[in-house]
Amino acid sequence: MTSADFQIVLPEFLLAVYSLAALLFAVYTGKDKTARLITWTTAAAFVLAAVIIASRASGANVAFNGMFVDDAFARFAKVGILLAGATVLVMSQDYMKKHDMLKFEFPIIVALSTIGMMVMVSAGDLMALYMGLELMSLALYVIASFRRDSVRSSEAGLKYFVLGSLSSGLLLYGASLTYGFAGTTNFAGILSVVQNDAPLGVLFGLVFMITGMAFKVSAVPFHMWTPDVYEGAPTPVTAFFATAPKLAAMALFARVLHDAFGGISTEWSQIVSLIAVASMFLGAVAGIGQTDIKRLMAYSSISHMGFALIGVASGTVVGVQAALIYMAIYVVMNIGTFAFIMTMERDGQPVTEIKALNRYWQVSPTKALAVLFLMFSLAGVPPMVGFFGKLAVLQAAVAADMTWLAFAGVIASVIGAFYYLRIVYYMFFGSDVEPLDNPKGGVANVAVLVVGVVMLVGIINLFGVDTMAMTAAEALVR
Amino acid sequence: MENVLSFIIFLPAVAALVLALFLRGDDAVAQLNAKRLALFATVITFLISLFVIAQFDPSNTGFQMVEQAEWIMGLQYKMGVDGISVLFVMLTTFLMPLVIWSTWDMKVRVKEYMIAFLLLETLMLGVFCALDLMLFYVFFEAGLIPMFLIIGIWGGANRIYASFKFFLYTFLGSVLMLVAMIAMYMDAGTTDIVALMAHEFSTDTFSVLGVQVVGGMQMLAFLAFFASFAVKMPMWPVHTWLPDAHVQAPTAGSVVLAAILLKMGGYGFLRFSIPMFPVASHMMADIVLWMSAIAIVYTSLVALVQSDMKKLIAYSSVAHMGYVTAGIFSLNQQGVDGAIFQMISHGFISGALFLSVGVIYDRMHTREIDAYGGLVNRMPAYALVFMFFTMANVGLPGTSGFVGEFLTLMGMFQANTWVAMIATTGVILSAAYALWLYRRVVMGELIKESLKTIKDLTPREKWIIAPLVAMTLLLGIYPSLVTDIIGPSVEALLHNYNAALPTETVAAAVTH
Repeated sequence: MTSADFQIVLPEFLLAVYSLAALLFAVYTGKDKTARLITWTTAAAFVLAAVIIASRASGANVAFNGMFVDDAFARFAKVGILLAGATVLVMSQDYMKKHDMLKFEFPIIVALSTIGMMVMVSAGDLMALYMGLELMSLALYVIASFRRDSVRSSEAGLKYFVLGSLSSGLLLYGASLTYGFAGTTNFAGILSVVQNDAPLGVLFGLVFMITGMAFKVSAVPFHMWTPDVYEGAPTPVTAFFATAPKLAAMALFARVLHDAFGGISTEWSQIVSLIAVASMFLGAVAGIGQTDIKRLMAYSSISHMGFALIGVASGTVVGVQAALIYMAIYVVMNIGTFAFIMTMERDGQPVTEIKALNRYWQVSPTKALAVLFLMFSLAGVPPMVGFFGKLAVLQAAVAADMTWLAFAGVIASVIGAFYYLRIVYYMFFGSDVEPLDNPKGGVANVAVLVVGVVMLVGIINLFGVDTMAMTAAEALVR
Repeated sequence: MENVLSFIIFLPAVAALVLALFLRGDDAVAQLNAKRLALFATVITFLISLFVIAQFDPSNTGFQMVEQAEWIMGLQYKMGVDGISVLFVMLTTFLMPLVIWSTWDMKVRVKEYMIAFLLLETLMLGVFCALDLMLFYVFFEAGLIPMFLIIGIWGGANRIYASFKFFLYTFLGSVLMLVAMIAMYMDAGTTDIVALMAHEFSTDTFSVLGVQVVGGMQMLAFLAFFASFAVKMPMWPVHTWLPDAHVQAPTAGSVVLAAILLKMGGYGFLRFSIPMFPVASHMMADIVLWMSAIAIVYTSLVALVQSDMKKLIAYSSVAHMGYVTAGIFSLNQQGVDGAIFQMISHGFISGALFLSVGVIYDRMHTREIDAYGGLVNRMPAYALVFMFFTMANVGLPGTSGFVGEFLTLMGMFQANTWVAMIATTGVILSAAYALWLYRRVVMGELIKESLKTIKDLTPREKWIIAPLVAMTLLLGIYPSLVTDIIGPSVEALLHNYNAALPTETVAAAVTH
């Protein structure tokens, strides 16, 4: 390990050191009494790491003989992951405290999984990819069953673990096939070997790897775990699942397809577009009948992943840019929505039934309005920010001569609009039921309102995300 | 005043923001303040919009008062008006104060109601002024949100069904347009409407899934835009959302819906379909003409058998929009002039008719025709006003309704005599349903016990209706007021349309 390599992985390294130090500190001092402190310091460490990464010079740096790549694409994804992770940590505290889950392990495990994600999006080699992916996944399996005394939560963790390891196995199998036929595990090496006509073995490997990654982004037909895990896991954990890991997995998807298999984009573009269409439609149709808002959000995220995959499937710079814009917007929308779900309670117990939202505007008009903005944004109705995410991926599809994909996308978005409207309907037009409580104060309440405002204000310039995504995409697609 | 358009577009939104942020409480005082602020904002908007029409130069067929700025993702913020759009802007700013004033007795969630209408005004004005494809789409679609809430929150008994149907129906229509817009952007490399009008979209036949698409990209894009605007107009057979939405919407919502929102469809045909896809418009014109003729006759017949007053007027709106589409796709000066005239005039007349229904609905809380009869005995002023607008709706010479129908029929006659003949029967049918409605509601003996104490128009109601009567008469007697403004722009539009048609296409269409 030279010092140059070390410079490049510094943020990951520091975070890893921090997590272990925090773990030791908590174990040897106040244990769960330090939970709030650790939550805040972890969030601060995330933000610090994000600042370090964002302030880095442009250009691509390669460490460990190509195992680890630090380019604009990785930096974009990492900043997104870190900020999403920090926000979720901070806004979950009150919920965790109220439901007796404020344990110091939670921020530390989240930090570890975040390190995994950062390695993943920076992977320049199949080995690094697998290591990052597994670090992320193992940490996620644990927090899925974070509420040990709840059958639901344990079931979610187990289910996620069994299906997740299966998909990891598939991915690993694909990786070994690729290695066997390409003769190298290095992405740049694979790219130089696999041009135009790929050996059948590589194609098989590619398909298996796509399967594994599709599982991680919960794209159809590898989405089955999503609703159960979303519903069973504690809400803050679900909020985390729905944001940072999705962004990381989508970035990994784009990285593998472009960095390693960029030479045979015609081969994977078809597979990915089919997955995209299936995800959009299944997410839109299956969400209609849901009665639990967390399950609904699971189907919503399946559908959204389909849209982001349109960008990936188009296989162009604008496509990757669109996917990144879409994911950034998606993460913000989900943070807002889950922050709201955390504040849904009655007599101190969390409520996730959609029907409980009846007449919510009477409980809290401002929060109801913020959720209204969020729902229309999720549905992709202008002028909300969500529309511009959809616009970006549709443009990418049309530019890549895949107008049929854009066509399928807009039809799916109309179907999906129904269930977002249904939430608006309950909140504003619904009949009287026993109202939900409105917990005062707390970061989650603030998060809902801030995200609600962002949905509308963001259209002025998208906070510059579109130009940053462009730089990132140009670094990836050459 | 360089930014006068942006100013009138966003003034109502600013007022809505002020209401949302600074008005607290829901007592009578707060409610009155909300109404006053909304009325004040809309009146100021109208007064400023008078500058727009005063500055407007009808002989200049280009866009005027243009503002331009960079926006995100290669799009731009560009606003401007020409002879076709300026009158829609005026119509909107003119009607909104009346609409706000008509809700003075409103007591349920007044602040939110005012906010919804103010935002709606911003979005409607944005639609008529936007000169960027995506900006237009943003305003066009965003209008669904406040209208969805207006129907859903303040609507009648079956409001949920109506609001969902309204939203999903129009949303489905528009997303197809979105795909076409993106394809146009990719093809022309710009979203600037002025540049797109000059761009020639390909008409080369290609095949999609083995089906030959005659007219190529123009045809597909035309159809996608048609899906959106036909739903919005609404044209037969995709009009079914409108009667539901009208019946369930509160009075003010119905007025805005009929008077302004429906005009977006017709405006869209004139702004996009004809100038950007001239060849496809030419190929589809006959089909649209026939669809319009069917719409006029069919919906007039349906209107005859309605038992709900609002539904009857809603169907009558669909029929009148049939004249608009037929006029537009006659593709000659009289037809297009007439179509725009008809849209403006229908804005006043249908708005007034829905207000009139609202007047008796507020008193009796029913829209059933059978619940009324003999109103003339207790409400002479109301009977007069209702008579006037019934006649205007039928198209009595001297009212603006006559000019619109006459011009469009003249245009149709030149384009397709048979269509004109069938459409003319609509005039007779409209007289039948409108007069019969009038006879059942207003004439006869006052025998119903519940009506014996009904009160005539209040001064406020008279003052709301009076400007509409004035405008309807004014345009009926002196139609040049409108045609002088729209004439040159329409002429330029048709000139470009004819120039864009390759001679062989015309020949092929004739032999076809």
